Amino acid sequence: MPGQWDDRGVPVYRDEAVVLRTHKLGEADRIVTMLTRQHGKVRAVAKGVRRTASKFGARLEPFMVADVQLWEGRTLDVITQAESLGSYGTLITDDYGSYTAASVMVETADRVTESEGSLQQYLLLVGALRSLSRREHAPTLTLDSYLLRALSVAGWAPTFTDCARCATVGPHHSIVVQLGGVVCDTCAPPGAPKVDAVTIGLLGALVEGDWPTAEAASESTRSKASGIVAAYAQWHLERGLRSLPHVSRESS
Amino acid sequence: MYEGIVQDLIDELGRLPGIGPKSAQRIAFHILQTQSFDVARLAEILTTVRERVKFCSICGNISEQDTCTICRDPRRDPALICVVEEAKDVVAIERTREFRGLYHVLGGAISPIDGIGPDDLSIRQLMQRLADGTVQEVIIATDPNLEGEATATYLSRLLTTLEIRVTRLASGLPVGGDLEYADEVTLGRAFEGRRSVS
Repeated sequence: MPGQWDDRGVPVYRDEAVVLRTHKLGEADRIVTMLTRQHGKVRAVAKGVRRTASKFGARLEPFMVADVQLWEGRTLDVITQAESLGSYGTLITDDYGSYTAASVMVETADRVTESEGSLQQYLLLVGALRSLSRREHAPTLTLDSYLLRALSVAGWAPTFTDCARCATVGPHHSIVVQLGGVVCDTCAPPGAPKVDAVTIGLLGALVEGDWPTAEAASESTRSKASGIVAAYAQWHLERGLRSLPHVSRESS
Repeated sequence: MYEGIVQDLIDELGRLPGIGPKSAQRIAFHILQTQSFDVARLAEILTTVRERVKFCSICGNISEQDTCTICRDPRRDPALICVVEEAKDVVAIERTREFRGLYHVLGGAISPIDGIGPDDLSIRQLMQRLADGTVQEVIIATDPNLEGEATATYLSRLLTTLEIRVTRLASGLPVGGDLEYADEVTLGRAFEGRRSVS
């Protein structure tokens, strides 16, 4: 969305962005992958960002939300200015469990916005990172809720009430991630795993953001739900999430 | 595209970190055109370095022997261990001449998004070094970026179970920088770590 030019005639644009990940480039630069509010996913060069006296400082670290100005480049854009909007990175890394959960979130956001980003995905990720930084809920609950909602926004909404195949009104007790959630006994393939009603209730609460129900779940129920969410995410994203096996269930 | 061996040389040079296709081409032509360039010596050094240089069996620093010069030096204080990410960080700290203890090189930082977890670093070896009670203080000197901070958080959580003082390198305003350009995180840390001058 160009339309502005700097004093040398180079097209510039400005947007709010959450930093997903960074890659080292050359001596002191980094390629920063960001999910922006209006321009979808953007990969841009931050020059000199690895130097200790860099003007960017910690503003372009993963999990940070910033107001950025960029030059449009031929292959990659170049970040010229950045102002912090949400310094979630340091608050998240103070807790190892939150750090591993946030890593899965940004990797998922990177994957679900591979073709194009959306405002909904941006707001969802920023909200989840803010919630993690404020320790509003257990990191794994926030992560599972984020994963289910991010996949829903991407078009893979799970159902945990009616049958995912024939829409027969629930409750049902078989979950088949390949079919999109719970299925009735008629639609369930032979050997489909049965899941208890409490776990299915927790999964539904995570999709809807019903936090009192989610917080009331026992650790074993949360663990079972996390396994189902992980399987659901890995199936729909096709390639496994590299960060998912590193999620820590302990908080420091 | 060049023919045969010249293109092979450009391709191999281009695989080195920080060397793009243009730089690889420039280096290749420097090797081809400069008469005085001692190619045999460069080739010999590259082969020798691969054969002789290994990682110190105690700290993980690079060394030509089983243990590095720092671990072998009896003047170093064995009660202090400085934990760093890479061997390059040892050189940077040694340049300050401020630290007289020993090092432990982790071999990277925890980065789940890159598939690097605590088991991929030499954290188990660090815990083994701390088991005999000689070490009184562990200084965590991982990079002041997100992965480095997360690694420091993980280590500090692990080390609190031992009766060892755990410290983290201070972070704040860089010398030579302008206060107005400092980001909130850096400036906040500078306030946290302020010290009395009177």
